[in-house]
Amino acid sequence: MTGSFDILMVGIGGQGIILASNILGEACLIEGRSVRGAETHGMAQRGGSVEGHIRVDGKYGPLIAPGTAHLMIAFDMLEALRYSHYLAPDGHMVVNSHIVIPTSVFMQGAVVPEKDAVRERLKSHSLCLVDADALATEAGSPLSQNVVMIGAASWFMPFAPESLSGAVERLVPKKTVEINRRAFDLGRAAGERCRQGSIDA
Amino acid sequence: MTTQYLLGNEAIARGCLASPAHFVTGYPGTPSSEVIDILRSLPERDFYVEWSVNEKVALENALAAAWCGLRALCTMKHVGLNVAADPLMTSAYTGVTGGLVIMSADDPFAHSSQNEQDSRCYALFSRLPCLDPSTIQEAHDMVRDAFALSEEFSLPVIFRPTTRICHSKGDTVTGDPAHAPRKGQFQRNPQQYVVIPAHTRVLHRKLNQKQPLVKRALVEKGYNHAVVRGPVAVVASGIAAAYVQEVLPEGVSFMKIGAYPIDEEWLAAFVRQHEKVLVVEELHPVVEEAVRQVAGCVAVHGKKDGMVPYEGELSPVAVAKIMQACGITPSRVFSEPTPPGDVPNRPPILCAGCMHRPVFYAMRKVFKDGIFPSDIGCYTLGLQLGAVDTTICMGASVTVASGIAQSGEDRDVVATIGDSTFLHTGIPGLLNAVYNGAKMILVILDNRVTAMTGHQPNPSSGMTACGTPVPPVSLEAICRACGVSYVETVDPYDLVSLLSVLKEARERPGVKVVIARQPCVITARRAGVRRGRYQVDPETCTACGLCIRFGCPAIEKAGEKAFINDLCSGCGVCVQICPAGAIGREVKR
Repeated sequence: MTGSFDILMVGIGGQGIILASNILGEACLIEGRSVRGAETHGMAQRGGSVEGHIRVDGKYGPLIAPGTAHLMIAFDMLEALRYSHYLAPDGHMVVNSHIVIPTSVFMQGAVVPEKDAVRERLKSHSLCLVDADALATEAGSPLSQNVVMIGAASWFMPFAPESLSGAVERLVPKKTVEINRRAFDLGRAAGERCRQGSIDA
Repeated sequence: MTTQYLLGNEAIARGCLASPAHFVTGYPGTPSSEVIDILRSLPERDFYVEWSVNEKVALENALAAAWCGLRALCTMKHVGLNVAADPLMTSAYTGVTGGLVIMSADDPFAHSSQNEQDSRCYALFSRLPCLDPSTIQEAHDMVRDAFALSEEFSLPVIFRPTTRICHSKGDTVTGDPAHAPRKGQFQRNPQQYVVIPAHTRVLHRKLNQKQPLVKRALVEKGYNHAVVRGPVAVVASGIAAAYVQEVLPEGVSFMKIGAYPIDEEWLAAFVRQHEKVLVVEELHPVVEEAVRQVAGCVAVHGKKDGMVPYEGELSPVAVAKIMQACGITPSRVFSEPTPPGDVPNRPPILCAGCMHRPVFYAMRKVFKDGIFPSDIGCYTLGLQLGAVDTTICMGASVTVASGIAQSGEDRDVVATIGDSTFLHTGIPGLLNAVYNGAKMILVILDNRVTAMTGHQPNPSSGMTACGTPVPPVSLEAICRACGVSYVETVDPYDLVSLLSVLKEARERPGVKVVIARQPCVITARRAGVRRGRYQVDPETCTACGLCIRFGCPAIEKAGEKAFINDLCSGCGVCVQICPAGAIGREVKR
């Protein structure tokens, strides 16, 4: 066994996955732990499906094997479904309750995936749905959705919450620290409802 | 010394600062681009950085700096090394005075590339040393030390990270930036720098004489190392070594190759202590061929007996399966869960407001049975819009177009190429097409930046890599100087003008150039351009679907009618497409 805690982050290019994965990496440094990560750069980011692997206490390569991720943080419900086979049977899934329909679906006149149907399919996993847009707006900026998601997922990660919030403060732009602090706290409060058994945070 | 969570390319940039490098050149290419992007963005620097117009130009500049005694870094992606192969091969003969490190980033699985070639083959071909990191820490340390290695043997060194190094991250201990400035000085020495036959024959012998010393040094420096644990061994290189270590069981020997050329005597001594050796590496069987040469009667598994694939990238899962197939029980076995079916793909797509989209739309409208050779850039995504018929390598849109036109094909041939790609290797093709009398249209998609790789400036951008303002090159003047008589520039957001220019170009003889110019929508947004959004009036919308088929990510369907979401950047092209006049400026409520 590698002994690492493996987190898969998925979403759409431009949603802030790289900053979110940097926050988790920084939290590892704060706690003096080793870490490995892999992410999508280049053209694949242009509105395409992107994935970020973060292996807390990782010592070898950066890639997480399908069926072994301890936690998935998804910025879009459709992307959560696409990568759901990466989750270990006892893994947790923290998902932004939002869905962006790929443009190609409209162009090709394909069936538009229904949110409720996607939610039903995700329910076979330990699921926590977070309305990150609403919480980020409440915190002061819709751009803080990625920090809301980290706050919500903080219950399912082997970090002291102060390490995560400290990492957020180190990495977000100085003038947005207050907004992001609120975003983390709101996300964390929402995530607690999931920890108590609710699907909707 | 500090520990940071760094992207591989950032660790490589830090390694260059720790060395230090004095002279940095390169052409952007995924996954290599961030190294120069980091170095050029430093608030202060006491070294030279340029984005060169192509990789051959970059390498020749760096080689000259190394001849003048500087430590030079030249970065590119693997296919860029093809462009730079001419100076590469002979730079091995001339050698260098200051250290020269050529970073050629390989892309197994072709995440962002047109092929999966292996830069280690260029190292063997040119007889240059090659360093192949397996972790981010090693990437930092190797590139830092590569300059000294280059100076020790007076040879350029190829540094070959792969995508899973460049775009992976890890906790990395970086050295402090070193301050050891050098001033270049050229020492005249024709026997070394003028490769006439009489000189080059001597230089070739010298290059060959260096090889045994280099091989020995790479073992002594610890880049290649091994531990014997039992009768079975796994030999691995690059990122595959990290995957192997993750699943390597107790009692199995392990050899890690991180540098080439491999010392055959040292390799043979290890291999012959075993009954069975499995070689795990991505892409070309470079290590495996070396192992097989010294194996004698030791059983060797790898690509040549079908155990390891030649193509694609490896992973812990793939390595565990390979081990099992070779009779080695991995320390970890993975289940293989089935991906959920029925999830619509989400391929990358041209941005909302991208200038390329109306050009492709207009080309399809004017040239209904046209042939559309294209090139390497964001606009290769025009494939989704049915306006890209060929893509092979940088600059080949022009030449493939002239080749098709000259082959007797009667249909209109309309090629597309970006500004950076045109300046990279497009110009000679245009000159050739005019000179030889081809009949074709070249559309230059001029968004004033090298967008796909991360918005690096180029000679059409009006500034250098480090932000110094310079006059932007005139693409019109270049085309006219190549002999093109019809050169028209048009704003691609103005669909009416775009269509009429393309129709006019179709009627003209010879080679015609249409320059579609509008800044990349991402750089425009960053520069503060705000155009205001558009909206669909659902009462007027007839649900005809024309705007949906335009393929803009800002246009979606709400029921049967079209709806414009908040990705809209206000280019206004959809307004000109809508036959019902249903799209207008957003009215704030």
